[in-house]
Amino acid sequence: MTGSTTALIEARDVVLSFGQTPALRGADLSVAAGEILAVMGPSGSGKSTLLHCMAGILVPDSGEVLFDGRRVDRMREPERSELRRDRFGFVFQFGQLVPELTAEENVAMPLLLGGARRGPALAEARGWFPRLGLDGLEGRRSGELSGGQAQRVALARAMAARPDVLFADEPTGSLDSLTGEQVMELLVDAVRENGTTAVIVTHEARVAACADREVMVRDGKVTSLRLERTGP
Amino acid sequence: MNVPLTLLGLLERQSSHGYDLKRDYDTYFSPGKPLLLGQVYSTLGRLARDGKVVVGAAEPGAGPDRKRYVITERGATEVEVWLTEPVETEQHLQTELFTKVVLALMLGRDASAYLDLQRTAHVARMRELTEIKRTGLLIDKLLADHSMFRLEADLRWIDVTQARLGALAEEVRK
Ligand SMILES: Nc1ncnc2c1ncn2[C@@H]1O[C@H](COP(=O)(O)OP(=O)(O)O)[C@@H](O)[C@H]1O
Ligand SMILES: [Mg+2]
Repeated sequence: MTGSTTALIEARDVVLSFGQTPALRGADLSVAAGEILAVMGPSGSGKSTLLHCMAGILVPDSGEVLFDGRRVDRMREPERSELRRDRFGFVFQFGQLVPELTAEENVAMPLLLGGARRGPALAEARGWFPRLGLDGLEGRRSGELSGGQAQRVALARAMAARPDVLFADEPTGSLDSLTGEQVMELLVDAVRENGTTAVIVTHEARVAACADREVMVRDGKVTSLRLERTGP
Repeated sequence: MNVPLTLLGLLERQSSHGYDLKRDYDTYFSPGKPLLLGQVYSTLGRLARDGKVVVGAAEPGAGPDRKRYVITERGATEVEVWLTEPVETEQHLQTELFTKVVLALMLGRDASAYLDLQRTAHVARMRELTEIKRTGLLIDKLLADHSMFRLEADLRWIDVTQARLGALAEEVRK
């Protein structure tokens, strides 16, 4: 899982500041196809900013972002927007479901935005509910869901269009540990089943422990450590 | 881990042979790190000497394992008291981790690199435990969870210490 040859997404020497605040100062990260990567690090270290750059939400001041060999940082917004819609899925800490829509409509949203017809999109969306332990909640609105349920609906929505990459930013950040663990188990199962690559930002070690590998972001740079096998 | 009291506790459930005790102990309390049978018998010997268990007559079929151990009133009382007492609250203090960091700083070594490595080792262990939790029985999950929470506590400590290394270095080098 090393080397840029197998990388599906890559950040090279990415620099980004918000006004005077440097958020990324030369971040390098390479994620292999099918890999589940955890991005850890203290609050304010630049994790979310890095995820946003890799996902084509933010454009770096300098450096390169590659997805499947294409320069995301050079794309114009419409192209990046299309990339996000067609190839990426997103799960955030909270507030991502549209409150006016039912759970199944929320899940169907990426499919509808991608041009699917309403009937098939809703049918596809409904298919996710039993898999994520959400049977019977199809018609609920986000205000009628518990935190863990809402996060599972958000996961279904992120996965509904079978993205190549799932980007998750503190997906369990608002949940208690047992609920968070269930959400992570479902997330990992879902991405493994679909062969989806996943980039999961978290400050929680037990979330990172669900990934294949973890990196640390510190002061806008990425450090990745591997344990050397020492001794006999 | 208090092996004698745990064995006593298992004996309170029912009288047992040494080998069966060992098997139950390994299954419930120490999966992956079995007791040595010799340790079981020496512990039972000491418990018998102290009047906490009695040894039944050897059953036909002989051999050392044919003896049945029965808990006494005294043993049962001890288990009962032990189960209600809080454990030492600092028995899991990671003194070696702490010592390494402080010594490294005193000696002008790279404590930060050490902490990074320890962090990686902890997360790697948590990954193994996560796998155990995914595939194991509920009892394995509970045990794995306990280890995970302890590792998490270490990791929090590692993170705050990492953030304070500069100040800590000044303090210990005075
Ligand atoms: N929209 C923004 N405007 C101004 N500063 C920001 C913005 N987003 C992030 N920052 C700053 O950039 C740095 C990195 O933030 P972020 O990537 O959100 O860190 P993390 O996700 O690791 O907590 C922080 O100093 C933060 O205050
Ligand atoms: Mg963040």
